[in-house]
Amino acid sequence: MANEIGYEYDAVKGFALSSLFWAIVGLLVGILISIQLVYPQFNLTSWLTYGRLRPIHTNALIYGFTVPAAFSLFFYLVQRLGRVPLAYPGLARFTLYIFNIAIVLAALSLFAGMSQSKEYSELEWPLDIGVVILWVLFSINIIATIMKRKEEQMYVSLWYILATVVGVAIVYIGNNIAVPVSLFKSYSAYAGANDANVQWWFGHNAVAFVFTTIPLAVFYYILPKSSGAPLYSHRLSIVGFWSLVFAYLWTGAHHLVYTPLPDWIQTVAIAFSIFLIAPSWASVINGYGTLNGQWEQMRSNYLVKFIVLGITFYGLQTIQGPSQAIRAFSALIHYTDWVPGHVHMGTMGWVTMTVSAGFYYMLPRIYNTEIYSIKLANLHFWLVLVGQLIYSVTMWITGIRQGAMWQAVDTDGGLVYANFIQTLTPNYPFWNMRTLGGVIFFAGFLVFVYNILQTIRNAPAAQRA
Amino acid sequence: MSIDKKPVTFMLLAVLAIMVGTLLTTFIPLFVGTVVPDTDKVIPYKPLEVEGRDIYIREGCNNCHSQIVRPLPFETARYGPPSTLAESAIDRPHLWGSKRTGPDLARVGRKYPAAWHYQHMKNPQSIYPQSNMPAYAWLADAKLDRRYAEKKMKVLGYPYTTDDIKVLEGKTEMDALVAYLMRLGRELKP
Repeated sequence: MANEIGYEYDAVKGFALSSLFWAIVGLLVGILISIQLVYPQFNLTSWLTYGRLRPIHTNALIYGFTVPAAFSLFFYLVQRLGRVPLAYPGLARFTLYIFNIAIVLAALSLFAGMSQSKEYSELEWPLDIGVVILWVLFSINIIATIMKRKEEQMYVSLWYILATVVGVAIVYIGNNIAVPVSLFKSYSAYAGANDANVQWWFGHNAVAFVFTTIPLAVFYYILPKSSGAPLYSHRLSIVGFWSLVFAYLWTGAHHLVYTPLPDWIQTVAIAFSIFLIAPSWASVINGYGTLNGQWEQMRSNYLVKFIVLGITFYGLQTIQGPSQAIRAFSALIHYTDWVPGHVHMGTMGWVTMTVSAGFYYMLPRIYNTEIYSIKLANLHFWLVLVGQLIYSVTMWITGIRQGAMWQAVDTDGGLVYANFIQTLTPNYPFWNMRTLGGVIFFAGFLVFVYNILQTIRNAPAAQRA
Repeated sequence: MSIDKKPVTFMLLAVLAIMVGTLLTTFIPLFVGTVVPDTDKVIPYKPLEVEGRDIYIREGCNNCHSQIVRPLPFETARYGPPSTLAESAIDRPHLWGSKRTGPDLARVGRKYPAAWHYQHMKNPQSIYPQSNMPAYAWLADAKLDRRYAEKKMKVLGYPYTTDDIKVLEGKTEMDALVAYLMRLGRELKP
């Protein structure tokens, strides 16, 4: 494939490799904290306790894996979809260095216990400023490249890229307003119920603009490209996009059901959560429709396999999520392991599978080579699929079990399991199964990384830089 | 005219779409009376409790413990009366949490004496052999860092004098954490 347009791939490659590296770190920490939940003696030192490591796990996989994967894939997509080279390749390389320095500092600060305590927003204020600067540098390149594109009409993927650019900026800044006490400590600008409401407005829209619009941008590009079939419905993608971007912001308070936050905020959030099934499934239907008459590709085309399973887990996720928002269901499963089971179907299923398809498609093309091994890609597929299913299903079972034990009352209205420990220890076998699922998933991810590295090794020398 | 040919217009419309729900459900309520409770009812945190709360945050206790009691019969039977807006009115940040690997702590200050917490924090398995909670014995050896105590009071707007902060002298991180835990469930003025 000749590169006559002068596409710039240095930062695309750098961010792809960075994301794979930090994913391995984040997954290893995930396995360790999973073990710690059953074997507390694995809390070795203060900076290796569960309470400090769990934010490292989540931050590493959100900001260390998914975000740089997006930088990589988005820098590729804006060039290909606009048929122009990246606006500022030097700036992109600079962004890459700053990014990796920031992630190292972020990890160190979390190990040291510097935390704002707000979930997925733990980083203290100097690093928040760093994140915002990084995001601005990234956005400048994305927007400038789109502005000078040669292809007049912006394809669906570019809409989701632009939504990601503005959405992440708004929710990240909004939630991190704080008053510093020292370089390493600050207090939230919001208090009590308001702080909780702002936090979950952020929390749920981090899901929207990191775990949804990022993979959707990739999905809408990779599915037609890898299958050779045109997108099923352009109109459906328009309706889906705008209703998704509008509705997501109303739903955060479904994380605060039965709290003292005023009922109307909770109820509005629940209603919009149910509504979100429609725009989410617009993309699922678009995906399935695109493959109409092409389903044999599920056997013959490993890329289609990844992307179809990815969108399928997205579809399941976006039914399960709104169901959990309903008060009666929330009363049973909130605060239990059902919730991590839900989250991990989205992250291990939808996000990782879609990003993997994106990398498998993109990296051989920019390195001017073929994928090293389709066999290994298939092995990767089955390992992450089985690992993820073991993880999610065991967590759903034990979540329902624990929720039911918390609720159990005898005929006099007294608690059947009055001591909390009685409801905790039955989790242990399920948590051991979760560790097993995580290890299988991790093995699959290592196969993926090996396959990618071998692909790069086999590339013509000029491309390997 | 088609907006998918105009990236700037497209972005502005996306921002507009994002801001409607954002303002109506999250930022306008910041200024609505029903969400901003009367902070006069709350006893301000004492300096030792502030430090203890910061250790709770540093150690990420909120990853396994919520501090919110739902108005559900089985929940109030276990943890006490439902949480109210006023109880967390001055909490920056809130520590409501989202997961109960361990029990809810919103009223734990009324459940056990301080001595219980000292023993449990040092070695949880000495009380519950099957507990999965990490031991925090090292907090008892860590001298409390008092350098920012006064600044914290100022930022949080609590009415304490320099003399009040002298209480922190000679205290350990464990003392602070236990003082904080003993406050939970006693936020409101009688």
